[in-house]
Amino acid sequence: MKFPYYPGCTLKAQAKNFEISALTTCAYLGIELEELDKWNCCGTVYSLATDDLMKQVAPIRVLIRAMEKGQNELVTLCAMCYNTLARANLLVRADEEKMEKLNSFMDDEPDYDGSVRVLHLLQVLKDIIGFEIIMQKVVRPLKGLRVSPYYGCLLIRPKGVAIDDPRDPRILEDLLSALGTDVIGTPERATCCGSYLTIDRKEVVADNAYRIIMASVERGAELLVTSCPLCFFNLDSRQKEAKKLHPEMKQVPIVYFTQLMALAFGLEDSLGFESHYVDPRPVLKEKGLLGGS
Amino acid sequence: MRNILADSSFCSRNSVVIKVFYVKKGQPIDMVFPLSKENIRGRFVNKVLELSGQDIFACYQCGKCSALCPSLERMDLLPNQLVRMVQFGREEVLGSKTIWICSSCFSCAVECPKGIDIASLAEALRLMQLRLNVDHLDLNKIPTEDLEELPPIAIVGGARKFTA
Repeated sequence: MKFPYYPGCTLKAQAKNFEISALTTCAYLGIELEELDKWNCCGTVYSLATDDLMKQVAPIRVLIRAMEKGQNELVTLCAMCYNTLARANLLVRADEEKMEKLNSFMDDEPDYDGSVRVLHLLQVLKDIIGFEIIMQKVVRPLKGLRVSPYYGCLLIRPKGVAIDDPRDPRILEDLLSALGTDVIGTPERATCCGSYLTIDRKEVVADNAYRIIMASVERGAELLVTSCPLCFFNLDSRQKEAKKLHPEMKQVPIVYFTQLMALAFGLEDSLGFESHYVDPRPVLKEKGLLGGS
Repeated sequence: MRNILADSSFCSRNSVVIKVFYVKKGQPIDMVFPLSKENIRGRFVNKVLELSGQDIFACYQCGKCSALCPSLERMDLLPNQLVRMVQFGREEVLGSKTIWICSSCFSCAVECPKGIDIASLAEALRLMQLRLNVDHLDLNKIPTEDLEELPPIAIVGGARKFTA
């Protein structure tokens, strides 16, 4: 099974571990993610202003690249890319005039026809592969590992592009259960980490990270699982600042869901744990889930 | 502070009193606003309605947005108060911290019984400032070591929200 795949900028920089673990686990499950040729940045945040069509050029151009592949699906890994592309897609599908304007502005490109369906990898795993199959593919069940799913915002909000119920998402819980982990739910699993405020208001993000992480720690979680590279950065690296604000804070490793999949599938070469600020390896070794060094 | 939800307002024939709870100071302040057609359907309000695409006047101050907002403690105007002030054409909301603290998480948008997305309202108010060609954030002042550490999505996202 082959899907056109849009990585976005951060998967080629700080989130290489997300990309490598995702591509390897997908290959293991028989999914080939074929990177688009000549892709551009999606803009990272969907423009909320009604008159700001210029900011829709970048995401629509990405959708044109996907359309050219002749398959009406595009898979993303980054939650921000997913949200920006999916919302831009909804906008032009619902507004013919905007679609026309954008197409005539990009007159060197083929006209976009609204046919591409933007998918997040989690949707592919749930709806196309199925968590039952994933459970069967597990070679090393992550027994006894207490993990807390963290959705953040952009996979489940706003409603129009939510990959699951925005009020009570289950998709990460179901995947993590299939991998054999003990899933620890918290009331902060969909509370914003502060997103782009991290650029100039570290203390705000560090405080949010503290609140989100402590909600998991208090319930006995040993790891937090995310699917967004910005949530990952804000929860992982900002623990440095959070620890300064709250010296009693216990530091907790943050991982991508694809890294836990790689671990459960025995694909240890693609884990990429060395780039984490809080190293997940000690707790995984302690649980006997990670061999070697 | 999370328990304080809606502002209470009192209208007389030519003015409206809004109790504004400033989160930091904790004291409610009565603000008396002159009530006029110019304020309520003036240029400012129309611009906000157009830019945000939100039916601000549908808000009946239930306060659910403020109950859910994860950034409430850092705001000077609660989300429901922001909507209320815009309804009355109070341009000073352009100077509030709230519009820059909102991180567009859409928690309020999911739960609003009237379908208002306050993230879009905050974006409209930010843009009204940024379009005067005034940056909220000077990218040159971000230390090099931070730039090396920050993922591109943070830098591009921040630049899109905070610069002209």
